[in-house]
Formats: sequence, C-alpha cells, structure tokens
Amino acid sequence: MDAMVENLPLRAALVGNPNCGKTALFNQLTGSRQKVANYAGVTVERKEGRLTTPSGRAVRLLDLPGAYSLTATSPDEAVTRDVCAGRYRGEPAPELLICVLSATNLRLHLRFALEVRQLGRPMIVVLNMLDAARKQGLAIDVPRLQQELGVPVVTAVAIRKNGASDLLDLLDHPPLVGPAPLPGNEDIHATVRRLLADCVTRPSAVAEEVEDRLDRWVLHPVWGLLILFALMFVMFQAVFSWAQPPMDAVDALVTGFGETVRHILPDGVLQSLLVDGVIAGAGTVIVYLPQILILFLWILVLEESGYLPRAAFLLDRIMASAGLSGRSFIPLLSSFACAVPGIMATRTIQNPRDRLTTILIAPLMTCSARLPVYTLLIAAFIPDRSVGGLFNLHGLVLFGLYIAAILSALIVAWVLKRGGKATEHPLLLELPAYRLPNLRDLGLGLWQRAVIFLSRVGTIIVTVSVLLWALSSFPAPPTGATAPAIDYSLVGMIGHWILPVFAPIGFTWQICVALIPGLAAREVAVSALATVYATGGSDTDAAAQLTPILSAQWSLATALSLLAWYVFAPQCFSTLAVIRRETGGWKMVTVTATYLFGLAYAASFVTWRVALALGGGPS
Amino acid sequence: MRLNELSPGSEAIIDHIEDREADDVVAVRLRELGFVPGEPVRIIAFGPFGADPVAVKIGFTRFALRRVEASRVVLRDAA
Repeated sequence: MDAMVENLPLRAALVGNPNCGKTALFNQLTGSRQKVANYAGVTVERKEGRLTTPSGRAVRLLDLPGAYSLTATSPDEAVTRDVCAGRYRGEPAPELLICVLSATNLRLHLRFALEVRQLGRPMIVVLNMLDAARKQGLAIDVPRLQQELGVPVVTAVAIRKNGASDLLDLLDHPPLVGPAPLPGNEDIHATVRRLLADCVTRPSAVAEEVEDRLDRWVLHPVWGLLILFALMFVMFQAVFSWAQPPMDAVDALVTGFGETVRHILPDGVLQSLLVDGVIAGAGTVIVYLPQILILFLWILVLEESGYLPRAAFLLDRIMASAGLSGRSFIPLLSSFACAVPGIMATRTIQNPRDRLTTILIAPLMTCSARLPVYTLLIAAFIPDRSVGGLFNLHGLVLFGLYIAAILSALIVAWVLKRGGKATEHPLLLELPAYRLPNLRDLGLGLWQRAVIFLSRVGTIIVTVSVLLWALSSFPAPPTGATAPAIDYSLVGMIGHWILPVFAPIGFTWQICVALIPGLAAREVAVSALATVYATGGSDTDAAAQLTPILSAQWSLATALSLLAWYVFAPQCFSTLAVIRRETGGWKMVTVTATYLFGLAYAASFVTWRVALALGGGPS
Repeated sequence: MRLNELSPGSEAIIDHIEDREADDVVAVRLRELGFVPGEPVRIIAFGPFGADPVAVKIGFTRFALRRVEASRVVLRDAA
C-alpha cells in the first residue's frame, strides 16, 4: 500500500502574488516538461509541469495564476481561489500548496500567504528572490519566520541554476497536514506587521533603490513618453532590419530545397504538387519565422523586465480618453504578436465593458501574421532608401501602418464606449521591480511560439496550399488556349466570379483568390499569391520571385489598397473563435466581423481612389 | 489630506480608506494591496497627462492608481 502511494505523483500547486517570480520558479523546476492548456470552461491558461525530487519522487506541479487575494476580482483570481480551496470542477484539490513570496515584497506577499494559510491545507512557503532582498540590505530570519508561521519555509533564487534545491529537497518529505489556525484573533495586517518586526531587519541602509532611480526617468512626464516612443520605434525597425539576414538564409534554403526536389522528380503532376504546392506554399510563410520571433522577443523582454505596467501608467490617460484603462494596454500590446493570446489576456481587466471593448479592438492591433503580407508588399512597392540618414523607408512605412491601426483602434473604442454610462474603471496596477530578463524564460517563451507557428505552417498552411494548387492546376487549359493556364482553372473561375465585389477597391482577381484561404490564417495570403502566380507564370520558384512579379503586375494603388485592407480585415478564424469563447456567444463575433469588414472595405476604397487621383494607378 | 494631494517625494501616514459606495471593490482591493491605517506612503510620479494616474510607493511596492482611486486614501495630518 505504501509503495503505491509512493508511486503516485504528488499533486502540488504554485500560488503567489503577481510578480513573485512564480513562473521563473516553475520554469526552473520543470524545465521544458510543461503542458500549456486552458482550465475547463474558462480561458484562463493552465500550466502544468512534471518534476522528480532528488529521491526519485514524481511531482505534478500546477502553476496557478497570480493573485493578490483569495477574494477574487477577476476570472484569473477566481480560478486560483477555487483550485486552492479544492472546489474547482474537474480539478482535483492539490495535495500541497507551494506559496511563493518575493523576499523583497514581504509586506504584500505575507498577507496573501496568511490568507492561503487560513485554508488549513498542507503548505510550504518559498522565500524567492532572496538575492535581490540582500541587495536591498534586508536580513530575514528564516528559522524564526518558519516557527511563527508554523509551516516549512525554504529560500530560493529562481533565476539562478540550482536556485530551488532546498525546495526540491523539501518535496521529498512534504508536510501531510495543514497548519493549525494561528492563536489569538489578530487582524491579518497586524500579523503581517508583527512578523515583519520579528523576522526582518535592515542592518545596512541602502542609499537608493534602482527602481527609484530608473522610475525618475521612466515615469517622467516628458522623458518617460520619449523613452516609450523610442522603444516602440526601435522595436519596429528591428523587426524589419535585424530579421533580414536570417530571413534571406531561410529563403535560400527553401529555394534550394525546392530546386533539388524539382531536379530529382520527373516533370509531371507529382513534381508540380510538391514544388509549387507544398514547398512554395509552406516556404513563403516559414521565411517569416525570424521576423515573428524577433517581435515576440521584444514583447517578452518588455514583459519580463517589468516595463509594460509602466507603459500602462504613462498611457492610462490616453486610454481613458478612449474609454479604456491602462490595463487594456497589456492585452493590446500582446495582440501585436497575436490577437488570440491578447484577447485571452483581457481577463485581467475587471470591468466587463472595458474588457468587451478591448476584445473588440484587439483584432485591429497589427498581429504578426500580417507581417508577411506587409513585408511582401512593402518590399515590392516601396523604394528601399534611407530617410534622414538614420531610418529606413521600409521601416517607416511599416511603423505608419502600425500607427494607423492604433489610431483607428482608439477611435473605434471611443465610439463603442460612447453609449455606455460613465462608470469607474479601476486601474490599481502594480509597478513591479525591474528585472533583467532571464535567458531561460525568454528561450522557453520563444520556443513555445516557434512551435505554435511551425505547427500552423505544417497543418493549415500546407493543407490550404495543396488545395489551392489543385484548384489552380485543374482543369487544364483547352488546346490552343492563348491566355495563361490559370485563367482556365477553377481558381481562375472563382477569382473572376468574386472580382466584381472587390474591383471597386482596386483588387485583381488573383488577390480575390488569395483572400479566401487567407481567412484560415492571414499569412496564407502570401503563399496563396505565390501558388497562384507560380502556376500562372512560367517555370519560376515562388518564394524568391514573387516580389518582382507583383511589382510588375500590380499598380502602386492596388498595393496600397491591399495594405489598407489588411490593416482592418478580420481575416482570421482563430481570432473569431477565441472571441466567441471569451464572450460566450456569436453576437460579438458577428459585430466584430461586420465592423472590421466595413472598415476594411471603406479604407481600401478611399486609399484606391486617392492613389488613383495622385497618379498611382495602372499605367 | 488625501493621497492624490500629496506632493511628490514627501511621505505621509495612511489614516483610513474611505468607502465610496456599499461594496466598494476599489476600497476593498486597496486594503488588500496593503493600504491600511498606519502605513507610510509616498508619491513617486504623476502621469504625463493631467497628472493622472499617480504612482505611489508603499513599503517596497509601487502601484499606479488613478486619482479617484488615490482620493479614497485619507492621510493623517502631519502632527
């Protein structure tokens, strides 16, 4: 019987305040053995990992969302409250609660630990970030704290190698019973104050904290805004210029691979399917992996360093003028990577109306899947020259497209909020300590993104490319046909059939064809164009040659109109699906899709007409 | 005096948190975040537009509060 108990993995859960270094500890303990999913019924991210203690005991570790209190004010905190109390449906009660405190922030974090302690479940307290506390000149009497709290207390430095070894040792022999209630009838704040007085001393006064010195600049009304603007600007320049060499390398690899396959296989349907369908389709999108990773890297660094909440502080008033709060800034910035996690991140917004508005405008933030389209069109139609000796015109245009999206999002938010009553929107945002982003955490984050991206390429994009290749290769042109073969194919017919809808905004029938698979995933539009033009033209290799083909066949006005279309168009099933899940109905999905299509069509129409008037039309 | 009226850099002691309505979630959350009587607080920065929000420091923790939120924090008069 005993042996059986030993063999079953211990179910433990990490709890703690936001910014206690819980996720770093989780990464340290479980490494890449993590599974990211959602809790049943809600879109709160559920992270579970496995680890083995020094004596070989298996542990299943759940990373609960950060919470300030068990009196929940957001869906996130509600999950933590219910799982801790063992009343979350479909989630067995954890056998051990590991409460993580930042040693630098004990006043706040001890209060939460005492709240968790009141649950009376077996628990361990981990004093994390001990190194940072020492730097602040704090000395913590750990044995005394353990004695007063009546639960095991271990120290950890989650960002250092082996920084959690004490915790691992303790997990070999975890406490099996919960702590008894503390004696007396003391108020929780009074207990915190007493514990701090008894266990924490500050022998050496430290001149000034780094945060104080940095915040004087970062939160400054003028310098702070300049720093924010510069950071955003450099971010978009970096996405364009740093990504170029690795993108060229990937491109060369894909082209080389396609040529090799073409030479190995005999001419015919199979060769065409593999080279023009699969390789050209997947290749044109894989090329953008470096760019997407650089964008994610920036967002991860901003998140990890503790800068993002400060940006929210600076922009709160602007967001408020559109009827939102600074809290909306974080989900909206994440939406630049992808609207799906961005919309999911809105769950930290307590006000339901704010949350809904943020969800509705999140698809307007230029997600990374739009980058391939922008990159392709900018490279094909915008001259590559430097502006003022410092900036690149490509980067500037890209920056402009992002700004256009942000401005229209603010306007849409303002219109959406105008109908509502003026209720109070809480901000109440913690400005965490600055941290140097940890390489392992960044690496894990990027790896998870890369896997998601590549599995999209492997599934949706390859499927759609093959389908499109088939539609554009059959039926074959009749003998004696004069026009290119694709005009006689199914794709040609479909394209010509929907052309009347899009002709007023300057689209060609090839664009119409590319828009349809683009619904599955925006970036597919690029590979779709590659497929359409590869089979339509002569013996070309799609990825590398798409740029000159486009600049030869489209007018500047058409290209600009398509760019404008992509700023707004709601072409992403995943986003619409996540909106349905988050809002629990089709109503908001319909609203989002309709208003975005309307905006896209209007913007393209105006762009097309203005560009024509300025002489950018077909020559 | 209230927290939003405090001048930057100077420190004051919290007297109490004022509830604006029954079940004032903002007031409850402020207490949970450690804004309780007797704690010293300090303003570290004002937002760039209309001095809203305010960044305050309590213990080693910093929070961004809107002015309406900060005005719930009533400070002790300097004796």
